This record gives sequence, structure tokens and C-alpha cells, in this order.
Amino acid sequence: MTYNLAYKPYGERAILIEWPQEINENILRDVLDFKSKIEKLCLKQILEIKQSYCSLLVVYGFVLKNYDLEVSTINKIYNTEIEAIEQNFRQWIIPVCYDDAFGIDLSELSLEKNMSKSEIIDLHSAVVYTTYFVGFLPGFLYLGGLDGKLHTPRKSTPRLQIEKGAVAIGGNQTGIYPMASPGGWNVIGNTPVSLFDVNKKSPCFVAPGDRIKFKPISINEYHDIKVLIDAGVYQMESEVISD
Amino acid sequence: MIKVLKPGFYSSIQDFGRFNCQQYGVPYSGVMDRYSAGLANVILGNAPDLAVIEMTVLGLTLQFECNTFICITGADISPKINNENIQQNKPVEINKGDVLSFGRLKKGVRGYLAVLGGILSEEVLGSRSMYKGVTEQSVLLKNDYIKIDVNNLFSIKKNSLIKVKIDNFKGNVLEVFKGPEFDLLTPEQQSVLMSSKYTISKNNSRMAYQFEESFENNLEPIITSPVLPGTVQLTPSGQLIVLMRDCQTTGGYPRVLQLKESSINCLSQKFTGDKMQFKMLEY
Repeated sequence: MTYNLAYKPYGERAILIEWPQEINENILRDVLDFKSKIEKLCLKQILEIKQSYCSLLVVYGFVLKNYDLEVSTINKIYNTEIEAIEQNFRQWIIPVCYDDAFGIDLSELSLEKNMSKSEIIDLHSAVVYTTYFVGFLPGFLYLGGLDGKLHTPRKSTPRLQIEKGAVAIGGNQTGIYPMASPGGWNVIGNTPVSLFDVNKKSPCFVAPGDRIKFKPISINEYHDIKVLIDAGVYQMESEVISD
Repeated sequence: MIKVLKPGFYSSIQDFGRFNCQQYGVPYSGVMDRYSAGLANVILGNAPDLAVIEMTVLGLTLQFECNTFICITGADISPKINNENIQQNKPVEINKGDVLSFGRLKKGVRGYLAVLGGILSEEVLGSRSMYKGVTEQSVLLKNDYIKIDVNNLFSIKKNSLIKVKIDNFKGNVLEVFKGPEFDLLTPEQQSVLMSSKYTISKNNSRMAYQFEESFENNLEPIITSPVLPGTVQLTPSGQLIVLMRDCQTTGGYPRVLQLKESSINCLSQKFTGDKMQFKMLEY
């Protein structure tokens, strides 16, 4: 399906493309599809294409002299069927230890929600989440799909430091802190897996469109996996998903 | 090599930034004032985007362990070689053992030191720009050693002196374009936004500059969407936030204005208490 897109100039050297402003997977697919079409044609004047839930920002390497012409060039690409654009999305299994040692807000959440800790963990790890984009911090995934029963407001006073790998809930979102950072989300666990590594060819292994599933692990398994990761021999569980 | 004797207040290595990593949530980073940094490089015959040292308000103290040429531009922080004043915007010959230091800040905020051949620190994801969580260090520290090129001490036009655009330091006008959410403001709000004067608050950094005055508005947050350096965000409480080079890749506040590239350079040389005004440019 095609959408009615809105094109807006964004400063001297960028064009914003907006889909209907809502968060859903059909729009995400179309956004990613359009992005890869533009990339496939590799218009060399384009420096970078930035993507979020329902927008693309096409950033040029120079000041745009003829905005309307560029918009019509891009829009033609949207309306052109290009063959064999394969979007290979993957589903990643991310091990998470929900032990109290890591899940420092789990007890409070359990009281507030009148749910046992294991109910919270079951709900959190049952869902297959969709990655919309990576932003906020290097390697921070914007995930969709958190069960409504787990929606929890951010803490009124943010913590000065949330640990690297912390798995947390903020409002209607869940996410993983890829590095230590101040933050107001409710921490329910921790993953030994690094979501951001500058030494890798692709510093964040998860891409927009990929699925994420959390797998509960014990604190012993956590430390075992950490040893494997530090030794560079840990294999992430993942599979290609097809539509 | 150059040895850092005193790191100053917030000195870092920056080039023109880290591109094609926004998809991983990595900010662009890069020199705050591209005009001044580019000038320092060009005066030495370097490409404008080579890595330089960016200083903030306070200069640093460095000792050179080899011969080279340097050029200092941007903020005037009274540069000295072996305690003798030197000129800015001009190539300066450096002999092994020379100590570069700075004195009183006379104008501007960010000073740049370019070295012949550029600073050759480690590249991470295609850039030498320091940024917390991406490069090992986010600022220069005492006793750091900085690698530079020692092989190319060929002909330097020692007397090249360039007339510097003074506007970056004296002007108080930020040229802007409409941001994507500008038209959601009422005509009255638009005219107040464009005619008011804004004071730079103490919250100003490589990530963003905030203004003290608040701007009453009823705009709803937007669904998180891309932002760029130079984007002016408006928060529900009325804060105007100008994003700078280290800004996050996306944001959820309405984007009311977008600074012209040269105005980002200009704002980079402004500091707490300076008063600014917007001037609208047509697309």
C-alpha cells in the first residue's frame, strides 16, 4: 500500500518526508522500503537518510538550490516499483537476567501492579517486540509491543546512573540501556549482551524492522554468558524472519 | 607527538563529524564552529575538515615534541609560544620543545588549534571526533599524547593571513528557516517568536544551547522524529532548545526553527548571558 506523504524542507540541506503520524508496523515497513529504494539508487548527492517511526529525513551534502526538483525526484522513486528489494529482517533472542540484583525496580513494580514478579517477567518475555529505529543513545532500540499491563510512568526523579545492559520500562516502551547513562525508566533486569560496539563493522547488530524476544536467564547463566562475550565467542541466537 | 601539560576546561579533538552512523543512534559530533576550524586548517594548506583541537573558554597548555606548523583561530584566548604572544589566523612555526599556552579570553568561546597535516588520533567509525561512549575519551586529559604528522614539513606560506568574518563574534542574529512544526504556531505566536530577544542560559554545551526566556505555547509533543544540529525545539513548558553538534539523532519536541549552518557557527562562539535574536530566511 502507498501512503500520502508530506514533504517539508528542513533547513538548507535536508528534506523531511512524513507518513501519517502514527506508530504501526505497516507504516514502518513502508518507511524502510522507501529508505532502501532511495539507497539502492544511491543518489550520490545524498549524505545520509535518517529514519524514525513515521518519517525519513534525507540529508544532502550541499545546500539545496532547487527544493521542488529534489522532492519530485524522490517522490518518483516512491512511486516506482523496484524489483528485488529484499528486506532481510531477523529475530534476535536477547538473554535477560530478571534477578533482583539487576531488576532493582521489580519489587516496587510488583507491589504497584499487584502482580507477582514472575507474572511481570512472563509478560515481558512473552512478546516479540518490533525494532522501529535506533536513537536516543548509541545502540538504544526503540521497541514496539510492550504489553499494556506493563505500561509504567517514568520515575519522577531520574537516576543519575543506570547500568549498561539495564532492561527497563518507561511509559509504554521497553528498552535496553546500551551504556551507563542517567535515566528515568524502571529497571527490571539486565542483559550481558552489548547493543553497541564500535569495534564491530556494524556497531549495533539490531536493525530497524528486526524483532526482539527476551529470554529469562538465571544469574549463573548471566555470568557464564558474560564470560563467553568477553572472550568474543558468544553466539547470539537469531533467525531470519520472512513475511 | 604533542603532550598535554594542562587540558584547559573542555578541550577535545574534533573533525567535521561522524557520518552514516545516525542509524546506530550515534550523534554527528564534530567542531562546533566549522568556519573557524576550517579556516585554521586552510591557512596551513590542510583540507578544511581535518581533525583539530577545540578549546572552550580556557586554553590548554601543550608541549610539542617535534617541529611543525600550527594555526590558531576562533575565540581569542591570548595564545603564546614559550610565553611570547603569537598571532591568530596565521601559520606559526613550532620547534621541538616549544610550549603553547593561552591567557585571558578576549572574545568568543571556542578556539581552534590546527596542526600541519592534521591531528592523527585514532579514527572511530570514520571520524576522530571525541564523543562519550564512542571514543575512549570525550575530552583531552593531562599527560595525553596526541599524534601528529611529522613527515610533511614542506613549503608553508608563512605569511598567509586571512581576514576573518567578524560577525561570528559580534553579531547577535541567528538566521533561521521554518522548522517542520513552525506552522502549528498561531500567527501571533510566530511573530512573538521572531521578534523576541533570547538570553543564552547557563545550560549551553556541545549538545544544546537553551535560552532563559520561556515561550508560551500549546503545541503537543510529536511522535519521535529526526533532528539535526541547528534544530530549535520548543518544549511544552516553553523552553527553546537549540540543538548543537553532539545532539541526539531524534527528538520528540516540536521543531519550530532550523538554524542556517553559518548561524550554528555563530552561536558556538556565544556564551551564558549573550542575547540573541532570530531572523527568518525564506526557503
